[in-house]
Amino acid sequence: MTDPQPPGTLSDQLLDRAAPDRTAFEDLVVVPILAVFIALVLGALTMFATNVDLPTIGRSYVALLEGSVGSLSAISETLTAAMPLTLAGLGIALGFRAGLFNIGAEGQVLIGGMAAVIVGFSFDGLPAAIHLPLALLAGAIAGGLYASIAGWLRAATGAHEVISTIMLNLISYRLVDYLLRLDFIQREGRADPISRSVLETAELPRLLTWIDANLRLHAGIFLMLAAVVVIHWLLFRTKLGFEFRASGASPDAARYAGMRAGLIIVLAMGMAGALAGLAGANQGLGVLGRATPGFSAGIGFDAIAVALLGRSHPYGVLLAGLLFGALEAGGRQMQVDAGVSIDLIGIIQALIIVFIAAPLLVRSLFPWAFRKLAKVGRE
Amino acid sequence: MTQIADPVQLQARKLDTGKVRQARISGWALLGLAALVAFVFGQDVVGDATFRLSRPNDPLALPNLVIPALPFTYIVAAILAFLGVRLFLQGGVRWTSLALGFGLFLAVAAFLVWATAGKSFSLTGMLQATVVRAVPIALGGLAGVLSERVAVVNIAIEGMLLAGAFTGALIGSLLGGLGGLFAAVAVGGLFGFILAALVVTYRVDQIIAGVVINLFVLGVTSYVSSQVYQEHRFLNNAPVFAPVKIPVLGDLPVIGPVLFYQNIFVYGAVIMVAVATYYLFHTRMGLRARAVGEHPRAADTLGINVYRTRYVNVTVAGMVAGFGGAWFTLGSVGRFDENMTGGRGYIGLAAMIFGRWHPVGALMAALVFGFADSLQQKLALLNTPIPSEFLAMSPYIATIVLVAGLIGRARPPAADGKAYVKE
Repeated sequence: MTDPQPPGTLSDQLLDRAAPDRTAFEDLVVVPILAVFIALVLGALTMFATNVDLPTIGRSYVALLEGSVGSLSAISETLTAAMPLTLAGLGIALGFRAGLFNIGAEGQVLIGGMAAVIVGFSFDGLPAAIHLPLALLAGAIAGGLYASIAGWLRAATGAHEVISTIMLNLISYRLVDYLLRLDFIQREGRADPISRSVLETAELPRLLTWIDANLRLHAGIFLMLAAVVVIHWLLFRTKLGFEFRASGASPDAARYAGMRAGLIIVLAMGMAGALAGLAGANQGLGVLGRATPGFSAGIGFDAIAVALLGRSHPYGVLLAGLLFGALEAGGRQMQVDAGVSIDLIGIIQALIIVFIAAPLLVRSLFPWAFRKLAKVGRE
Repeated sequence: MTQIADPVQLQARKLDTGKVRQARISGWALLGLAALVAFVFGQDVVGDATFRLSRPNDPLALPNLVIPALPFTYIVAAILAFLGVRLFLQGGVRWTSLALGFGLFLAVAAFLVWATAGKSFSLTGMLQATVVRAVPIALGGLAGVLSERVAVVNIAIEGMLLAGAFTGALIGSLLGGLGGLFAAVAVGGLFGFILAALVVTYRVDQIIAGVVINLFVLGVTSYVSSQVYQEHRFLNNAPVFAPVKIPVLGDLPVIGPVLFYQNIFVYGAVIMVAVATYYLFHTRMGLRARAVGEHPRAADTLGINVYRTRYVNVTVAGMVAGFGGAWFTLGSVGRFDENMTGGRGYIGLAAMIFGRWHPVGALMAALVFGFADSLQQKLALLNTPIPSEFLAMSPYIATIVLVAGLIGRARPPAADGKAYVKE
């Protein structure tokens, strides 16, 4: 999906690209900042409407700030929550760049996480230097293959990936339910669906336990940063990345230029799924240490929001992932300190995306912020 | 071949090979089913399968249906093999989907007989559960049909169902069932209007708009239910609509309890499907709506207001989904739980595709999905070796197969998903 561009002639668009004026800056920076601001104000109004008094509203936003960046443990929690969102968000952003709408990240997170956990508890006696990469790789491959089904169907038969990924999501929930009851996966002596525990050699090691044993920040952060850099390099510095972007911007032009459209779709979908699978592996090996039904906890859907907020640019996705991680971590603090349900964060996140996706709406709400800047830009 | 073939002929041959390929794939599928029935179901089957058709105190009681399991299994396998071979040899290309449908029906029957062999099982009860479970899926599918016929992709059905369920519980607790129902319809319509505003006026990508509405509704309803309902339980205690028995018809065996002794949501769904079919295919308004979905520019040129048509249809679709959402609370348990729709809206989307963007088709698909759902519930009771999860997956796999055009293809409205910018 392309960003909603203002209609204009081709020369206007080329000019915009050659010398981005204030409009581009507004869309990239001003709109997101205002969107977050409006969403927080509307969140406060929601609390007010549900009989939360003003001091509590103030206290909850203070708690939101403290719980996300106010202390070392808060920052650790923010980063821990940001990792899977950023990884899966990168995958969705990659799909957007190639013109694919991957709603199936949730299922790919589940399948990838499941594969990583299975490898994580299966190979007893391997050294960590082999076992951990193996488990991560299993997660990436499983997620990638699962997503490639949708990519292959799109390339071979034209089945729209939105529908097939939604169906693959629904299938993955049942598949995980089934897998968790298999003898070699289900934990011994348990009747409920829960997997065995990941062995220590396959765990993503915690990094800050030497300061405080409760800090959950783990080595997945390197995975996240590496993924951001690699995807940026791939998209903007390699031939394959160029082909992805060309197919996304104009499928017909890409085909006439001799690019193999089908292969590109399958590859883009597979890589998106691999990133989502890594997000699942990150949860399974770094945070949970086991798999249960629905352990993806909506990461795949939040990741769509992260990719949109990050404008499908790897660094943007990283920033958006950090913001959503901060909201998540701060939301937990808010629930404890002010007694306001963490579900408020879901409302705020959805509102942010509404305003990001509808820049026209933000412009009509805050005409002063844009008119001034636009004038400066046009002069 | 030195001469250039006539393009029309070429086109015809291309279509023909497509049909032959479908027939061949269907033939393989039927042969596979025959093998499954013969070698898996036929192996360890003993005794008779007893299906209870009536409860003992029904006015017109039917005797139990007793089927000897082993002969039945082999007869079904033979018929399936015959149909498969016939299709495979391209003898019945014209009747591909019919043969496949009949084959699937037989395979399901054989499966039921195999699962029940030596036991007894209430067929009427299961069919009743099928109809009840199909209601929200059918209404979700109908909402999808109404909005996609004007080329607005409606991923937001899930959110509209959830909003309807929530409103039904809240207003139902305060004003009673009927008030709750009207409020749920109104709130569903509101979200339909919001979707229309986002995609028509603000030109947000349709799928993004749908995802956002889903996230927003999930956030608001979960927030209120954990923030408010915890303390004020009386706000989440709505009355449930009781089943209404239609005189005479309700006393008929089997179809009486299945079709004519249900609550207003079942009747409502059937009426809405009938009205929507009439509206879309037999009225001037419906023709205009479909024109907007197929070719908005042409419709605009002929003086149809594309924007208004989309606003109206998507809002009505939201109202239908709101009604379907109320089923979750006012039609079954009377209480709202977080995320209680559990993906039914997405299944409704699948039903819409399965029903080929037709209201009646969506209803039929919803019944099939409802059947798979209730069958999965009963499987746990019958204690079969086949894991119920695979049965639960089957509707989604079937949808993917259909969308991919492996066996028949479903074609969406031509302009589906595209924003229209008036010149």
